Amino acid sequence: MAHSHDHHHGGHVHHHGDHPHTYSQDPGAHNARMQSDDAYREGAVAQVEHDLDYYQVRVMALLGILREKGILTTDEMRRAVEEIYGQSPAIGSRIIARAWVDEGFKERLLADADAACGEVGVDTTGINRVVALENTDTTRYMVVCTLCSCYPRQILGQPPTWYKSFPYRSKAVTDPRGTLKDMGFDAPDDVELIVIDSNADCRYLIIPQRPAGTEDWTEAQLFQLVTRDSMIGVGDPLTPAQFEEAMQASEQVS
Amino acid sequence: MEETQFRIGDRVRVKEMYPDGHHRTTYFVKGKTGVVNRYFGKYENPENLAYGGDGLPLRELYWVEFDINDLWDHEAGKKQDKLYIEIYEHWLEPV
Repeated sequence: MAHSHDHHHGGHVHHHGDHPHTYSQDPGAHNARMQSDDAYREGAVAQVEHDLDYYQVRVMALLGILREKGILTTDEMRRAVEEIYGQSPAIGSRIIARAWVDEGFKERLLADADAACGEVGVDTTGINRVVALENTDTTRYMVVCTLCSCYPRQILGQPPTWYKSFPYRSKAVTDPRGTLKDMGFDAPDDVELIVIDSNADCRYLIIPQRPAGTEDWTEAQLFQLVTRDSMIGVGDPLTPAQFEEAMQASEQVS
Repeated sequence: MEETQFRIGDRVRVKEMYPDGHHRTTYFVKGKTGVVNRYFGKYENPENLAYGGDGLPLRELYWVEFDINDLWDHEAGKKQDKLYIEIYEHWLEPV
């Protein structure tokens, strides 16, 4: 098992957590063995970038078996992956911008979010139930999944790393105001802060408050102010001034 | 109107059970008393789904509201701060 000779992974960091390095096929090392010692070292360094994580190898092996047995086709897998990467917080931003300009839509979103999402062409069939919650001057919601990483992926895309992290998942329910402060947001003392533990069948979409000074903004303009974090409830949408600043900064970069 | 085991406003306690298998009731609400504030309908039971079962019988799913300070020994938030969590009927008992 493992490698046929005792070579050293110079500076080669495996982020494997708590499981051993058990796979025997190490393509980078195999190729490297064909080369001279010096070239081998270069190969080992290059491999840092190409190294397949343990779970990636497992997933690839599993996919290979599923394909061989005719359970899944390559095309089905490609479509599934495309679907996952096609999901982004922009879908949620579109829903929020609509809710801000259309009171009737907002009411329907709050009453039956799945139906309201369908109205604007967002497919939520992968979610048992979508629940929309509205932040107000007196009530603020923030969402956490203390058990794992439940998240409305069809609406917000893949969850950010911090959302899945143990510190967020534990501190959000033991010190929610401190958690918000860590994230750069101060919840007013007199607001009722409601932590939503997304632990079962519902997935949550927070409707943040429409920023002041946007009374004459169009839906398409408002869309640009809705941040992912504001739809998780751990921040506010951009203000017009913050948006202006962000636009100027991106112009300087490009 | 559908007959449900609990009604909005009912005070309930989350049963303090520690089954070996998969379940969606978080430890920190077990044994705690809260108030039912929303009924979501009937859903497949994840404790059975997790092992390839059909999830039947369906279980009523409720939102239970807790004062966040009732959940911990320390002061977790302001007195008005809350935690809402989804709990299936078989984990709830009336208070």
